[in-house]
Amino acid sequence: MNQLGFPILTLMMAVPMAAAIACLYASDKTARMIALAATLVDLALGIVLWLTFDQSAMGAQWQFTEYAPIFGRFAWALGIDGIALMLIVLTVFLMPICIGASWLAIDKRVGEYMAAFLLMEVLMIGVFTAQDIFLFYVMFEAGLIPMYLIIGIWGGAERIYASYKFFLYTLLGSVLMLIAMMWMVQQAGTTDIPTLMAFDFSPQAQSWLWLAFFASFAVKMPMWPVHTWLPDAHVQAPTAGSVILAGVLLKMGGYGFIRFSLPMFPEASAQFAPLVFGLSMVAVVYTSLVALVQSDMKKLIAYSSVAHMAIVTVGLFAFNAQGIEGAMMVMLGHGLVSGALFLCVGVIYDRLHTREISRYGGLAINMPKYAVLFLLFTMAAVGLPGTSNFVGEFLALMGVYEASSWVAIVCTTGIILGAAYMLYLYRRVCYGDLVNDDARAMPDLSGRELWLLAPIAAAVLWMGIYPESFLAPMRADVAALVARIDRARPAGDAALTAGNPAAAAAAAGEHGQTHDTPGEAH
Amino acid sequence: MISLIVLFPLLAAIIAGLGNRIIGNVPAKIVTTGALFASCALSWPIFLSFVAGDAAPYVEPVFTWIRSGDFDAAWALRVDTMTAVMLVVITSVSALVHLYSWGYMEEDPDQPRFFAYLSLFTFAMLMLVTANNLLQMFFGWEGVGLASYLLIGFWFRKPSANAAAIKAFVVNRVGDLGFMMGIFGTFLVFGTISIPEILEAAPSMAGSTIGFLGGRFDTMTVLCLLLFIGAMGKSAQLGLHTWLPDAMEGPTPVSALIHAATMVTAGVFMVCRLSPMFETSPTALGVVTFVGAATCLFAATVGTVQNDIKRVIAYSTCSQLGYMFFAAGVGAYGASMFHLFTHAFFKALLFLGAGSVIHAMHHEQDMRYYGGLRNEIPITFWAMTAGTLAITGVGIIGVFGFAGFYSKDAILEAAYASGGSGQLAFYVGVFAALLTSFYSWRLVFLTFFGTPRWAASEHIQHAVHDAHGHGDHGHADHGHDDHVDGSKAHGEGDYAHYTPLTGTGGYHPHESPWSMLIPLIVLSIGAIFAGFVFHHSFVEAEQGAAFWQGAIAFDTHLMHAMHEVPLWVKLAPAAVMLSGLAIAWLAYIRYPEWPRQFVGQFGVLYQFLLNKWYFDELYNVLFVKPAFAIGRIFWKAGDVGLIDRFGPNGLAALVVQGGKITRRLQSGYLYTYALVMLLGLAAAATWAIAR
Repeated sequence: MNQLGFPILTLMMAVPMAAAIACLYASDKTARMIALAATLVDLALGIVLWLTFDQSAMGAQWQFTEYAPIFGRFAWALGIDGIALMLIVLTVFLMPICIGASWLAIDKRVGEYMAAFLLMEVLMIGVFTAQDIFLFYVMFEAGLIPMYLIIGIWGGAERIYASYKFFLYTLLGSVLMLIAMMWMVQQAGTTDIPTLMAFDFSPQAQSWLWLAFFASFAVKMPMWPVHTWLPDAHVQAPTAGSVILAGVLLKMGGYGFIRFSLPMFPEASAQFAPLVFGLSMVAVVYTSLVALVQSDMKKLIAYSSVAHMAIVTVGLFAFNAQGIEGAMMVMLGHGLVSGALFLCVGVIYDRLHTREISRYGGLAINMPKYAVLFLLFTMAAVGLPGTSNFVGEFLALMGVYEASSWVAIVCTTGIILGAAYMLYLYRRVCYGDLVNDDARAMPDLSGRELWLLAPIAAAVLWMGIYPESFLAPMRADVAALVARIDRARPAGDAALTAGNPAAAAAAAGEHGQTHDTPGEAH
Repeated sequence: MISLIVLFPLLAAIIAGLGNRIIGNVPAKIVTTGALFASCALSWPIFLSFVAGDAAPYVEPVFTWIRSGDFDAAWALRVDTMTAVMLVVITSVSALVHLYSWGYMEEDPDQPRFFAYLSLFTFAMLMLVTANNLLQMFFGWEGVGLASYLLIGFWFRKPSANAAAIKAFVVNRVGDLGFMMGIFGTFLVFGTISIPEILEAAPSMAGSTIGFLGGRFDTMTVLCLLLFIGAMGKSAQLGLHTWLPDAMEGPTPVSALIHAATMVTAGVFMVCRLSPMFETSPTALGVVTFVGAATCLFAATVGTVQNDIKRVIAYSTCSQLGYMFFAAGVGAYGASMFHLFTHAFFKALLFLGAGSVIHAMHHEQDMRYYGGLRNEIPITFWAMTAGTLAITGVGIIGVFGFAGFYSKDAILEAAYASGGSGQLAFYVGVFAALLTSFYSWRLVFLTFFGTPRWAASEHIQHAVHDAHGHGDHGHADHGHDDHVDGSKAHGEGDYAHYTPLTGTGGYHPHESPWSMLIPLIVLSIGAIFAGFVFHHSFVEAEQGAAFWQGAIAFDTHLMHAMHEVPLWVKLAPAAVMLSGLAIAWLAYIRYPEWPRQFVGQFGVLYQFLLNKWYFDELYNVLFVKPAFAIGRIFWKAGDVGLIDRFGPNGLAALVVQGGKITRRLQSGYLYTYALVMLLGLAAAATWAIAR
């Protein structure tokens, strides 16, 4: 059945599922241990998956496939390609960290909390492995239920408003997507995603279908102007909830674009690329400026997420390998970095119970370890070369430059604004003098907290210095996707003409330019 | 060998940085300083073998970095003449600055962190100059930016240091925007970002056009100008220079290493490294010349009126970078690199000398409170004098000259010989040389000559008070003191209404320890002889071509023409140098009341210069304040006022208005979601079964 001889993908879902049920009936202490053990087992399975995945060009596109019909056309069909693989690895990597982050912070209804998290892991792995379009839909929408619960039960003071907003936004999109899926299945006569990816819908139909999917994915991304649920959700969610929301849930929109919008509707994607570009350009500038004036740490990072996700969308609709691989790398890098930043906020929130930036300051003095790690993640968020986010941002923006220099330059201003708001945040939290007595009394990172942040730090550097480990599994799949959408690729605005050195030299001589002998030296 | 040179500083930075308190001050300092001296010892043989002409360029691959589609950027270390020059500059100055910091940072509580940052910086700078592709250059570029940010803000309790650090990073990012766009464009045009491949293909792209931001432009001009914006940011050229003077908030050894000798020259290095590319676009070269000349003049004018000793040298650096750029702009890349090389020695010397003065004067940086120091700190005085002789370009044609004499004269002569806009640059350069001489000697005269004016200094008063009073009040605290902005902290910075208090105030400055004096002496040797020894290799037509081995677009024709300029052109730098010296002597020694009269006479001009042409105020009004204001508008009016109001909240209001049915259904929010979800599922399932 696959290179391992056992249904690893189902197993990866079964382990947390069983653990989730066990957690419901366990005591607080046991529930924590069960959850941690289950997520670590999944992490181990994820690593096995990564190591055994055949990344050579010869390897099959879909690996570890499983198929079991359920009823009608609805089937338990699983399988992954390199793109899904990397997102699964991200998920299973972040999960144990989330459990660890909730270890002490959550003290009421621990069993239910852990069960919700484990259920979310099941559903997210389901989203990335589903090969049946309805199975995907179920996982995609159901994945939000544990999140509603986590925000709504264990969230902050305004949690009801936040979860309501979250719900309202997502509902609208998902209904349209479901209708579109039904129509597609009827047309193509299959629910199999790989088959649908190769099916050519008529261009007119594509436009409608694309818009229906876009309604759902744009909210999940989130793209401007349907992003306002994100800051509220983040602010109200407990730390681990924010980590998983930023780390994995936001990636489902991008994954949707890669898996559905682009390959299934190439012509429509080309047709609507200007819309995506336009919204993304607004998002980069708009949300970066909004981030600059935030006084709540979580809101600031949430707004920065919207700006980063805009780089993902422009990369995806650049219609070339650099753009799409870059978008994937931004998703992975942002998953790690924004997750880590939320953990950093959580660390000091646990001590002082406020997210107000002005209540902190000078933490580099009494929390040096924390300051170092926070600095690393800040720099990664800024996109410093050598960290994960740079690789993705650079490739995505380079890809989109081929499509449009305007989009590239506007989105690249994100690196200036990003530096401004992140360094301004860091300066207010870690630098300056210790002015508040309660901040002065805060102890440095505990061993547990160090164990949560250090693995992410290592991954951030690894991804920045040797991204080949992450790019190689996706290469063939992205190449296949680029080949699939190539027929619809819009022409870029560069329209480069061939050089004419002789004429250029003559022209330069005529106008008596600065240099009397251009090019003579070589 | 090259990989060891690059790796030593990185390892040292990691050991000192992560080891920090665990390993303690002395081991951290030994590891970092030792690593740098080792790198330095390995670098000089490479450079000398290029000078001797028996070395060939090579590339040492390390491993894959980013590969995507046709795009391939690997980690690799390139060694050629350009790299060799930079290697000795970086490792020598860095090693000496490490040593100097033993003394200068003696009483700082955070020494391992400081040394780790210094070594990290050196690593990043070495990655920049050994890059074989534009992306690795960008890695080094950003790496030095990070180190610069960390070191400017090293005393992170000081609000002014934090502000300066952020400013440096963000302003540099504006340049990086250009650099990144330049890399994107280069990849689009050439399909590669490997530097040798681009340089080889560049001439054939001359005359091509490209669509960019809605217009059509000459391809090579677009690429070169985008890359040049990056160079302007890093090298603090007019428009993007505002961060450099503020960067003086960092400890003085940092100013010497990063903001004088190495990092700020990265832009010049980039233009020279890519010189065959710039050669294909006369327009781009014209812009380089113009910006260089403008910066050269602007910074020199501002430098003449600053009172903070470090700021004078900072503006001087900015101005000298302008020289390097217009040298590159007129095609004299050899002269540009030569000035970079000599400047590294004498400017590092001037900064470290200033540091020694500041150390002696208890962190007082305002020259109005100096005076008469030459007898108190004689070695520092002689070192600073050597540096001043070098920067002002003292020398006799055909006999001997200090370092700047050879490099600056080569630039001015080449500018004159190149004709066209180069001639304009020549006149600007000569005038700037007059100002250079004036402000350099002004610095020396104010600091070392005349009568002591220390009594009025708050820092000195503190020091004297502490010595007599409670002795346990640590020296280190002074390092963190808020001498926020030298000119503002004391007497509102207005020379006109200021009467200097003369006298020593009972304070006796001490000469710095040997760890600080040895670097001064070594750099003095460099400032005296670097020009004399190496000018044949860098700028002589035949020897230069053999030395550079095609690493830059070396123009032998121009180098020949340089020698045939009229005699007055050759003598002009010497003449203005002497005039500047004379004016400074008259104004600060012979007739000390002149400056006050000048200020009284030309108050507006003086204020204009003192406030640095009001660039900071302008940018504040144009960019900083609007960014915050617009951000607030987008947030309050956009997100809350518009999107939420008519989006989810509006919908909610509608639903509430809509009736009781909905309300009854919404018994609990969460269950509703699950219910809707289930309904959807059921519909899907029913439909799937039904068909």
